[in-house]
Amino acid sequence: MAGLELLSDQGFRIDGRRVHELRKIQCRLGVFSQADGSAYIEQGNTKVLAAIRGSKQKTLHDKVLVNCQYSMATFSTGERKRRPRGDRKSQEMTMHLRQTFDAAILTNLYPRSQIDIFVEVLQSDGGNYCASVNAATLALIDAGIPLKDYVCACSASFVNDSPIVDINYLEESSGKPEIIVATLPKSEQIVFLEMNSRLHEDNLSKVVDTAVKGCKDVYQILDTAVRDHVSQVATVHGWEN
Amino acid sequence: MYFVCFFLKDNCREDGRGCEDYRHMEIETNVVSNTSGSARVRLANTDILVGVKAELGAPAPEKPDKGRLEFFVDCSANATPEFEGRGGEELATEISGMLNRAYDCPACLDLQKLCVIPNQQCWVLYIDILLLECGGNLFDAASIAVKAALYNTKIPTVTVSRDEGIMELEISDDPYDVQKIEVKLAPCIVTLSKIGHSHVVDASQKEESCCLARLMMGVTQNGTITALKKEGSGSLDPTSVEDMIEVGTGKRVGEALNKSLTTALEEEERQGTKSKTLGFLR
Repeated sequence: MAGLELLSDQGFRIDGRRVHELRKIQCRLGVFSQADGSAYIEQGNTKVLAAIRGSKQKTLHDKVLVNCQYSMATFSTGERKRRPRGDRKSQEMTMHLRQTFDAAILTNLYPRSQIDIFVEVLQSDGGNYCASVNAATLALIDAGIPLKDYVCACSASFVNDSPIVDINYLEESSGKPEIIVATLPKSEQIVFLEMNSRLHEDNLSKVVDTAVKGCKDVYQILDTAVRDHVSQVATVHGWEN
Repeated sequence: MYFVCFFLKDNCREDGRGCEDYRHMEIETNVVSNTSGSARVRLANTDILVGVKAELGAPAPEKPDKGRLEFFVDCSANATPEFEGRGGEELATEISGMLNRAYDCPACLDLQKLCVIPNQQCWVLYIDILLLECGGNLFDAASIAVKAALYNTKIPTVTVSRDEGIMELEISDDPYDVQKIEVKLAPCIVTLSKIGHSHVVDASQKEESCCLARLMMGVTQNGTITALKKEGSGSLDPTSVEDMIEVGTGKRVGEALNKSLTTALEEEERQGTKSKTLGFLR
C-alpha cells in the first residue's frame, strides 16, 4: 500500500507508538460469578475474555488434564466470521494454548481432575494469541490454581532494521516476519515460540530478545492488576493485614 | 419448589420481587468498535453481547425491495462447560428462531430503507448474539440486547450512480454520514413462566427449573404481539393463556419494558462521548 509506512523516519509506527512501546493494557479479574475464575483483558483494540472451570469429565491418573477452547465472536474481525470455532485456525490456537498451559500449571497437584480454559475473543486487532495467554493467566490466578509462574506472551516483528514489539493487525498482515513468544518472566524461560514469514538469522536473537523484554513489561502490568484486585477483595471481605 | 409456589400466592418471590418485576438490568451500547452497532446487556447473572454488522448483499427473492436481517446465536463455553464445541447449538437455534419470528412482522422495522437497488443490492444486517453467562431468562435479555444494538447501528450512506447502464455504488467513508434505523416499534420478548397457579416475569435459574411451562411473546411498544411460543413439558389451559396475554401481565409488561428501554437508550445517546465506554472493565 503506497503511503502506509509501518515505521516512519521519525521512529513512529502506524498507531503512533515507538518501536519499544506496548499497546495500552487494561484488565479486570473476576468478571463472571458462575465460572471458577474469569478475566478480561484489552490490549489496544484486541479484547479477550477467559473463563476457567474445574470438572471431572475426562481424567488422567497422575496429573490434571488441561482442556482448552479458543473461540472468536463472529463480529470480532473486520470481515464477519462465519463460524466462531471449529475451523483449522481455532483448532491450532486451542492446541497451542493447551501446550502452553500444560507447561505452566503444576499438573501433578490435581490428579484425576480436569481444568477447562475457555477463551473468547470479542474484538480482534492482532496479537490474539498473546492476549488469550495473558487473559487465561489472569483467569487461572483468579481461580486460585497454582502456577509455576505467570505466563506472559508478546509478539515482535522486524521492520526497517529495527525490531518492533506488540504488533497490531495492520503490521501482522503486511507480510513482515512475526515472532510470538510466551515466557515465564521470572526465570526467563520460553514456553512457546512461533515465527512466521522470513527473517534473517542474524536478526533472530535481536527480535526474540525484544519479544522477551515485551513479556517482562506485560508481566509488570499483570502483576500490578492482580495485586490491586486481591487488595480490593481483601478489603471487601475484611481479611486482616 | 414448594417454597417457591407457596409464597407466589402472596406475590412474593424468592428474592423479594413481585410477580411482574424484572431484576437489576444494565445496558451499554457501542462496546465493540469494529461493528456497525453493538450492545451489552447484564440482567442479574445473565450476560449477553450483541454485535451488528451491515454488509451489502442480494435481497430475499420474495421481498426484492427490502433489506434483510440475519440472526446468529453463539453460546459461548464461558457460560456452561456443556456449550463447549457444538453443545450449545440446540439452544442457539431456539433463540435465533424465536427472534426471527418476532422480527418477521412488517410493522416492526422499516426494511424498505435498507434497500439500495431493488432486486439487486440491499443492506443485510448480520445480528450476532453471544451468550456469555446464563442466569435465567435468556430470551428476554437477548431481545433487549438486539433492540439496543439496532438502536446503536449506524449504516453508511450509499450513493447510486448509473454509468452507461452499469450501476455504481459508492459507500461513504465519512463516519458521521450515516443513517440510523428506526427501532421504536421493534419487539421485545417477554417470557411468562407458570409456577404453580401463578405466572411470573423474568424467572431466575431456580424459578426456571421449577416452572411447568413458559409462554414467550414478542411485544412492541404499542402492545402489538408479533410472535408467540409455548415451551416446556407442562400444559396450559386456553383461558390461562388468554389471561397471560390480554388481561394480565404479558402486554402490560411488554409495553412498559419497551418504553423504559427506549428512555434509557435515548439518555445514553444524549450523554454522547462524555461517558467512557467501560464494557467489561466495570
